[in-house]
Amino acid sequence: MTFGFSLFVVALLIAIPALGAAAGGHAFWGVVIPYAALAIFLAGFTARILGWARVPVPFRIPTAGGQQKSLDWIKSSRLDNPHSAWGTIGRMALEILCFRSLFRNTRVELREGPKLAYGSSKWLWAAALAFHYAFLVVFLRHFKYFVEPTPAWVTAIQGLDGFFQVGLPVLYVTDALLLGAVAFLLGRRLLDARVRYISHAADYFPLLLIAAIAVTGVLMRYFFKVDLLGVKQLAVGLLSLQPVVPEGVGAMFFVHLFLVSSLIVYLPFSKLMHLGGVFLSPTRNLPNDNRMRRHVNPWNYPVKVHTYEEYEEEFHEVMKAAGLPLDKEKSCPKAS
Amino acid sequence: MPPDFRKIVFGLVIFLILVTLPLWTNLLRGTAPLEDPEISTRDVPGKDRCVREAEYMKANHMDLLNEWRETVVRDGERGFVTVDGRHFDRSLDRTCMDCHNKQEVFCDRCHNALAVSPYCWDCHIGARETKDGSTALR
Repeated sequence: MTFGFSLFVVALLIAIPALGAAAGGHAFWGVVIPYAALAIFLAGFTARILGWARVPVPFRIPTAGGQQKSLDWIKSSRLDNPHSAWGTIGRMALEILCFRSLFRNTRVELREGPKLAYGSSKWLWAAALAFHYAFLVVFLRHFKYFVEPTPAWVTAIQGLDGFFQVGLPVLYVTDALLLGAVAFLLGRRLLDARVRYISHAADYFPLLLIAAIAVTGVLMRYFFKVDLLGVKQLAVGLLSLQPVVPEGVGAMFFVHLFLVSSLIVYLPFSKLMHLGGVFLSPTRNLPNDNRMRRHVNPWNYPVKVHTYEEYEEEFHEVMKAAGLPLDKEKSCPKAS
Repeated sequence: MPPDFRKIVFGLVIFLILVTLPLWTNLLRGTAPLEDPEISTRDVPGKDRCVREAEYMKANHMDLLNEWRETVVRDGERGFVTVDGRHFDRSLDRTCMDCHNKQEVFCDRCHNALAVSPYCWDCHIGARETKDGSTALR
């Protein structure tokens, strides 16, 4: 049901611009929509990050995968349980660039016996890595539409991406990787009963949306060609604040643009916000120095305390009369 | 504010600059003009129309050129008959560039703008316009 709903919404997001752009109003689909989407994205992203930045994180949260720094002769795990700033930067880099947490993914199986078996499972890690890096390269490749003249590094990336020179226009490896990885991640949610059980519309929808973006992009490149010079004129116009609406770009492009706009509008309000959130993971970005340094809770307000010493001082006479043992008396040598 | 607030805002500012980089590039450096290609054609007797209609050529000329190359190189068949029965030589230099003789404004304008580097010119020397308007080999 959640999958059906996501599919329905993505179909709607394709149908609306397809019908709309076919009916005309290209200034709306090509200029108003992307500008509005970009504004919502930038404002939403900033608001989310500032909201998170205001949350105090007074303690280190040691969810460590390695030996903590203790005595000098005990070897500590510098990256998995860092106690210094550089170690923490290393752990963050491993997490952000190599998806260290997903690398630890395990799979549990009930085997004959019955025996419970745990095993390493790298498929999710591999697919996630392929997905994110392919998406990054595809995004960077799109810089050729954003600025004129095209920067040399974009041409270089493009050349590497089409290195194998398969087909015409040359097949980009990242296009195939991205589609394959999206298919795997979606298939994993749909076919693995345990993952399907915990999957919601918020999990299916972004995958389907990104799949739709990739598919429309691939279709435009390899099968139903659009006027790319027109596309570039529109994109450069948008990004130099002098929007132009070229003639005859083709409805497929407006579908692609609308889907991308939907994605960036959706991003700040969804789990896709891990784009910024991963940098703020308290279990990753704080060194585990709980035992080396005292961390005082910053919002501790001064508490009025009444120590036993003061208590005994106050009720000295009454306690003495009642024959209670008194600390002060005990410490004094006996008079008689 | 928590002690890390400044660091996070610093990171956020870097992200916002990176993500709007094309905008700053275009606004500060300016953009080169993106001109439509000149469908420049030289009048050649007996050749009044292209081998396929302009709409098809605009989107799929690379497929046609690819097919031509393979047919010539692998099968040695030079003769090409259009849908409406006209005869042409399967040749980039002698057929295409006989009429479309301005490579800079016809081919290169789009290809450069879109960072496409076709390997036609790895072998073909290409045509350059001469003063009298005829095709000349570079």
